[in-house]
Amino acid sequence: MTTDAFDQVEPRPGSPKRDTILSVDGLVRRFGGITAVDVDHLEIQANAITGLIGPNGAGKTTFFNLITGFDEVTAGTFQFKGEPLEGVPAYKVARKGLVRTFQLTKALSKLSVIENMKLGAVGQVGENPFKALIRPIWGNQEREIEARADELLKRFKLYEKRDDYAGELSGGQRKLLEMARALMADPEVICLDEPMAGVNPALTQSLLQHVKELKDEGLTVVFVEHDMDVVRDISDWVVVMAEGSIIAEGSHASIGKNQAVIDAYLGTAHEIDLGTIELDPEKH
Amino acid sequence: MNWSIIIESTLEAMVTKNAVVFALAAIGLNIHYGYTGLLNFGQAGFMAAGAYGTGIAITQWGWTIGPAALFGIVLSVLLAFFLGLPTLRLRADYLAIVTIAAAEIIRRIVKSTQYSEVTGGSGGLNGIGRGFYDNNPIDSGLDLGIVSFSERELWFMVVGWGVVVLCMVLTYLLVRSPWGRVLKAIREDEDAVRSLGKNVTWYKMQSLILGGMFGALGGIMLTLEQQSVQPDQFFTPTTFFAFTALILGGAGRVFGPVVGSMLFWGIIQFTDVSLRQAIANDHIPTWLMDGVQAGQVRFIIAGGLLAALMIFRQQGLFGNKREVALDDH
Repeated sequence: MTTDAFDQVEPRPGSPKRDTILSVDGLVRRFGGITAVDVDHLEIQANAITGLIGPNGAGKTTFFNLITGFDEVTAGTFQFKGEPLEGVPAYKVARKGLVRTFQLTKALSKLSVIENMKLGAVGQVGENPFKALIRPIWGNQEREIEARADELLKRFKLYEKRDDYAGELSGGQRKLLEMARALMADPEVICLDEPMAGVNPALTQSLLQHVKELKDEGLTVVFVEHDMDVVRDISDWVVVMAEGSIIAEGSHASIGKNQAVIDAYLGTAHEIDLGTIELDPEKH
Repeated sequence: MNWSIIIESTLEAMVTKNAVVFALAAIGLNIHYGYTGLLNFGQAGFMAAGAYGTGIAITQWGWTIGPAALFGIVLSVLLAFFLGLPTLRLRADYLAIVTIAAAEIIRRIVKSTQYSEVTGGSGGLNGIGRGFYDNNPIDSGLDLGIVSFSERELWFMVVGWGVVVLCMVLTYLLVRSPWGRVLKAIREDEDAVRSLGKNVTWYKMQSLILGGMFGALGGIMLTLEQQSVQPDQFFTPTTFFAFTALILGGAGRVFGPVVGSMLFWGIIQFTDVSLRQAIANDHIPTWLMDGVQAGQVRFIIAGGLLAALMIFRQQGLFGNKREVALDDH
């Protein structure tokens, strides 16, 4: 399945998708008097790359926190593969196949790169304290996990660093490690919170390539990003948030022309670099 | 200055009662703090649970040592649950506050006259576990020339260090396993661990229980050694002595807490006896310090030495400098 999946999809907020893996209804999160997230309806297409954009403070990260169980909803429901997810703790959400990364990278500094990777694998028998005592019980699984981790490390060009502490990696390498580690958890949907922030441009290209490959392998990718070049490059579908709500959906081409989106960016975020938004010169 | 007395008592302090008891307490703290990043400032409470559990079961109910010690350990597990359930979901510093308070509550309860029929009040319990020394298979002392041990001391050392080694082996087996990897990852960033599908709260509880059990073993060994237990042995500084031993040896290392405890009590004893010797031989004038004050000054000097160690060797003796350097990031 490729971008064709969106052929028949109307470019409007809350439009139904052909093959929905994640859907959200009436999702509200309030912090005191502030409504951080208020999403009527949103469907995420399976096996596609969906970009979530919006000005600073639009509620993108809060939205991620809510659907991955890192924050509790004030109201609303959401389903992953038709199964309700509200109130499910973060670790169970991850086990179900909805795995996230963080805006501020969470490399586990004093663990080696390979240990970081091995941690990601789910269903490890050696994570039970009693079975942990006897190596033969978990040794074989550990070797399999390590082999898989090494393969991923090679793919993400981190193999040479495998025995270094994660804390010794550069910012960009940590982003790579975090993404690779999330893949160790065998996700169906991976939510990347600003995967390119702080990554040098040379590395960005290879990171983007990795994200595209994830789709080829059957994964669904949802990512938050500020860099519009990145969004244009990899996303099949773009969802725009502003002030907690979804204000537009569509292909990146249609989004650039959307008046609500232009208003949201120019009206609320003066610090945004205008050059990064596709403006249609005919309309101005 | 009688150097042979100084050396003898220093060596003795490094291998007898306190060194064993605090090695066990520090092994427990190492699980909590060194591997999981849990700030348990109430290790004295876990030691008290072990000590009083054993003491009460033996003196009040007439149990034998084995089941009584098991009862003490069960109490420490219950304590871990009781402390962990409300606090482990919260930020790390809340656990520190709750544990320090809980340990003090335990000490004050066992000290109170209200329950003195069971706990012995401020006098504590006496005549605990006579069977411990009655069953001593060692029938003669050991004289190593510079230091000698009675058969009682030897028996305690065999059992005590045996327990310490057992706890070290357990620690070693656990921290090299995937279970240990989860703990270390939680120490670094628990949200990252959560995002990878691990039940972080439950792992922190397991860590609190295991480290608390090691602490309880420390309390049990203390009780057996002295055949008695007093509430004020579990005052707050007890926890900090164990912490000091851990940091001195190097947190997050299997040998760290054990060597740290030996060194800590060695340093304390060395400064104490040296000062007394110096005063007795008029090397220190009495207007500056007398023999009674030496007992306090030893802690001041030991504290100064430890501060110097932390400045020049932050990672402790066994710690990894490369790891400590990562803290700055």
